[in-house]
Amino acid sequence: MAERVWIGELIAQLHRGKIDRREFMKRAAAAGLSASLISQVVAAHAARAQEGTPASVVGQVGMPGIEHITDTSKGTIRLYSSWPMIAASAQIGGDSAEAVRLALEDFGNAAGGFALEYEALDDAIASTGSWDPGKEAENANRVVSDMDAMVYIATYNSGAAKISIPILNQAEPGPMAMISPANTYPGLSKSTEFNDEGEPDIYYPTGKRNYMRVVPSDEIQGGAAANWAYNENGNRRAYVLHDNQLYGKGLASVFEATFRELGGEILGFEGFDPNAPSYRALMTSIASRNPDLVYLGAIVNLNASKLLQDMRAVMPADRVAFLGPDGLINQAFIDGAGDAAEGAYITFGGVPASALEGIGADWAQRMRERLGHEPDAYAAYSYEAAVVAIQAIDQVQEKDRVKILDAMFATEGFNGLLGTWSFTETGDTDSTTVSLNQVQGGQITFLKRIGRA
Amino acid sequence: MDFNWQLFAQYLVIGIATGSLIALIALGYTLVYGIIELINFAHGEVFMMGAFFAATVVGLTGVTATSGTASVVLAGIAGLFGAMAFSAAINFGIDRIAYRRLRSAPRLAPLIAAIGFSFILQNIAIYWKGANPISPPSFLPPEIYTNVLTEWFGLSTTIFLTVLDVVVVGVTIPLLIGLSWFVYRTRLGKAMRATAQDREAAALMGIDINRAIGVAFLLGGALAGAAGMIALYYDNSARFQMGFRYGLFAFTAAVLGGIGNLAGAVIGGLTIGIIWAMSDGFMKEYISGWGAQWTPSVIFAVLVLVMVFRPSGLLGERTADKV
Repeated sequence: MAERVWIGELIAQLHRGKIDRREFMKRAAAAGLSASLISQVVAAHAARAQEGTPASVVGQVGMPGIEHITDTSKGTIRLYSSWPMIAASAQIGGDSAEAVRLALEDFGNAAGGFALEYEALDDAIASTGSWDPGKEAENANRVVSDMDAMVYIATYNSGAAKISIPILNQAEPGPMAMISPANTYPGLSKSTEFNDEGEPDIYYPTGKRNYMRVVPSDEIQGGAAANWAYNENGNRRAYVLHDNQLYGKGLASVFEATFRELGGEILGFEGFDPNAPSYRALMTSIASRNPDLVYLGAIVNLNASKLLQDMRAVMPADRVAFLGPDGLINQAFIDGAGDAAEGAYITFGGVPASALEGIGADWAQRMRERLGHEPDAYAAYSYEAAVVAIQAIDQVQEKDRVKILDAMFATEGFNGLLGTWSFTETGDTDSTTVSLNQVQGGQITFLKRIGRA
Repeated sequence: MDFNWQLFAQYLVIGIATGSLIALIALGYTLVYGIIELINFAHGEVFMMGAFFAATVVGLTGVTATSGTASVVLAGIAGLFGAMAFSAAINFGIDRIAYRRLRSAPRLAPLIAAIGFSFILQNIAIYWKGANPISPPSFLPPEIYTNVLTEWFGLSTTIFLTVLDVVVVGVTIPLLIGLSWFVYRTRLGKAMRATAQDREAAALMGIDINRAIGVAFLLGGALAGAAGMIALYYDNSARFQMGFRYGLFAFTAAVLGGIGNLAGAVIGGLTIGIIWAMSDGFMKEYISGWGAQWTPSVIFAVLVLVMVFRPSGLLGERTADKV
């Protein structure tokens, strides 16, 4: 009997990824297991890996050399996420939440002696379909007051992060870690020429940094976009539109400044009303200035599809290029704009799931099987953010928000889905990957990686 | 810089077309307000439901751009009347379910009920067609975007007036005339006006006031449905939130023209449509730094100015206590 239990343990270890297949076969043979039984177990293990829960993922994605602890005797730790989960964001937010769930499953829903639980909060409200400051504050306060909550994986919108970072920063008994898979406004953590006054220090009242992001910020993306437009696509006359939000306007400003610096002409820099039902007059006025490129700093929830539709009614794709940022790299944008989306260029501080390579490609395949569709571009970053949190808990092995925060900040040489990266002292990723994508046949198609210089 | 007449005329065209659409919705607000002094906040959503239903009806006909002119026109009419009937039924239903029970309740009660219905309809719309913008089934041939001025009249101009613009205005005007005829020339219209003047006195004279009010809701809903069909193809998209901004502009138009006044709603709608187009496009030619982001501010600033100098709107109110 004792021997059978021991073999069961061995199989469990194989499934959890504690030992690899060769090691399993060696030990099982030593334990007197028959050859056919061993091959059956190994085959079942391979099939299980194919199904989307390969235990071998532990150690592949993440910081190397951190021991994963699957025991759960110390209690429960909760992770929360907060981003829009309804309306145009239903798929974006849903895919990212599913990516976090997958990360937790890959680590056996445990870390550092604790069982891990996850709850996906929604920071959007139905009446606008977009993130809401009140809702985001409510989410942040809820998480802070949950003593089992150690990490806040949030937000999607930079404007929302502005609200929750200080709330988490002033949490009792100490600042709580917030890690974003998607905020790209530089001023949240960096000092750049595009910051508003007092940024980023105004977000950290206690003086201790508690915010990290695994996505490159907009001075990198906006600069690369302008550089590509001017130097590679040959655009000289650009009209810049933005949605007046922190993210959209910030990115539009970076594009405008870089494009001008390179020698291009900016025909207009203008905010639009995201609630207007039609932009025909606006687009007619833009067309009358004869641009060869329209840059749109906006997210999909703010009527970006309609804007592109109305633009195409007066400015055909063969005459005027459309370039937009990562807030538009999703199926909702394409579905909303219909045929008008064809040929639109979209940049992204990363690469879309379809263009991931190596362990990234494996991950994308597993996500595809879970979701039944192409995962949203940000899902990969959400997965990485969750792994950073899990590994920090594995290192700290106690319920201490500040210690977990410090461990996350110290992430170095992280083997991510897009490549290896580390956090800088401001909590930013040192990755500068920006990709250029185009809508082709109703799909986001990766064209190439682009850079600023 | 010289005044650019061509550009001005272009924005005027856009303004009049969108203005007609707003006017159709504004009439629904004004009809209902005129008769029971309730601002029906669910009206924008009734319009949105009309647009969604029009998409369904046109989709069901299976007509495409290559089906021939007769089929296309028939599908268009089916969509228009389908949406009108559907929206009329919803509007009537809301009155029957909620507002009628609250007739003698304090004014705030039906107002809150209206806001509630606006949310209910939005959520039904999300459940029905999803939260993303939908594209209408395309059945209009590309000729619908032909420039009338250059192709039909042989004028050499850069002004772009499409067949669609003409259709939008061409559908709106007969509806307006028909409505005025109904309210001012038929027995039922007379009953409606009598109910608007004094509900109790009208009831004493043997008028079925609930029927008169129901008719106002039916008519308002039908116009909103027509506007829904038009907006669906004019904007080439529909979304569960579309009723909010259109509804707000239409309500503003009704107030601007003088709430309760049919002609006022039309004037108000056209005024707002034109201001909108000018602010989105024309003003930046002359005022540097002007942009589309100021448009709602301009519209509401005009509203405030009109309210200050003519508190009862451009054409004056025509509600019970005014007559």
